[in-house]
Amino acid sequence: MTLLNRREVVACLLSPRDDLLVIAGLGAPAWDITAAGDHALNFPMWGGMGGAITTGLGLALAQPRKRVLVVTGDGELLMGLNSLATVGVSQPKNLAIVVLDNEIYGETGKQKTHTGFGVDLMSIASACGFSNSSIIRSNSELVALKKDLDGSGLIFAQVKVDPQSDELVLPPRDGALLKNRFREALLGDQCHLSN
Amino acid sequence: MGLEKHWSESVFDLICDHDISLVSFVPDAGLSQLIELCVAHNPIQTVRLTSEQEGISLAMGGWLGGKKSMLLMQSSGVGNCVNMLSMLNTCQVPLPMIVTMRGDWGEFNPWQVPMGQGTESVLKEMGVTTFKAQENNQVEACAEGSIRLAFNTYRPTALLIGQRVLGAKTFGR
Repeated sequence: MTLLNRREVVACLLSPRDDLLVIAGLGAPAWDITAAGDHALNFPMWGGMGGAITTGLGLALAQPRKRVLVVTGDGELLMGLNSLATVGVSQPKNLAIVVLDNEIYGETGKQKTHTGFGVDLMSIASACGFSNSSIIRSNSELVALKKDLDGSGLIFAQVKVDPQSDELVLPPRDGALLKNRFREALLGDQCHLSN
Repeated sequence: MGLEKHWSESVFDLICDHDISLVSFVPDAGLSQLIELCVAHNPIQTVRLTSEQEGISLAMGGWLGGKKSMLLMQSSGVGNCVNMLSMLNTCQVPLPMIVTMRGDWGEFNPWQVPMGQGTESVLKEMGVTTFKAQENNQVEACAEGSIRLAFNTYRPTALLIGQRVLGAKTFGR
């Protein structure tokens, strides 16, 4: 079976996006969400490897009425694997974690990650308390995931993707800018005046 | 004259007064009372962490969503946070941290000393503004200063509470 293309997966999940709040782990996932269209409610991370899921958790707890989507890679997730346990205990019903699993560290020379040796992220998430934990290999499964995203419920999806590297589509690098435009789009201008 | 108020109650009152509504922690004996107060108070969401670095990115996400956070940990946990602290400075995100010390005064366990002695300098190296309290009656003022600086100026701060305040763990020796 042909592996899914990461850009097409992300484009599918983000269109239409309504008021979806999107966090992307560093590296290719940050370029992927940007390729689907730079957006004020995107927070592409340029560092903090292992922190994408807990960033999503904090946002999900702060905004319980909004769907929060974390798009990250297998290498990034593996560095913060314990955060699946933390999310499993918190059980936020508005958080979805989608890991684009290409089984390699694509930014550093395509070295194999642990998933390339058989570490099973879907089962780990399931054991951590994600009742909706799935592995996605086909377009029909992807469409079902997109539908789940439109509803509520804690979601973990491991999407097996082609290890090819795509063209770099870089978001802004200035962390303060990314944070301020996100907060302004979500909370309004007054967020800069009151805290 | 009543008994002197325990610092945990003063810090808890400050958390409420400053609308800090997301408190994450890795437990420490010295933090147990403050953790209990936070967990029992419904307006505060508490998140128990497996590792302290999760609390840094959790606060990042909370702030993106308009929530004010605090992170509670033992000094050894500061070592687990080092790289993740980069994001608070880069993104100018406020986060007051309360750090209960090990390895600084009357310590029994030699394995606690290297990180305890390095705690403040590691924080400073990563751009965290630090405050230190060595007496119970210093904690409230230091905590208030630390919280105000963090939220007024969009940066991470840490209040280090010494073992002179907490009492050193002696393992019955």
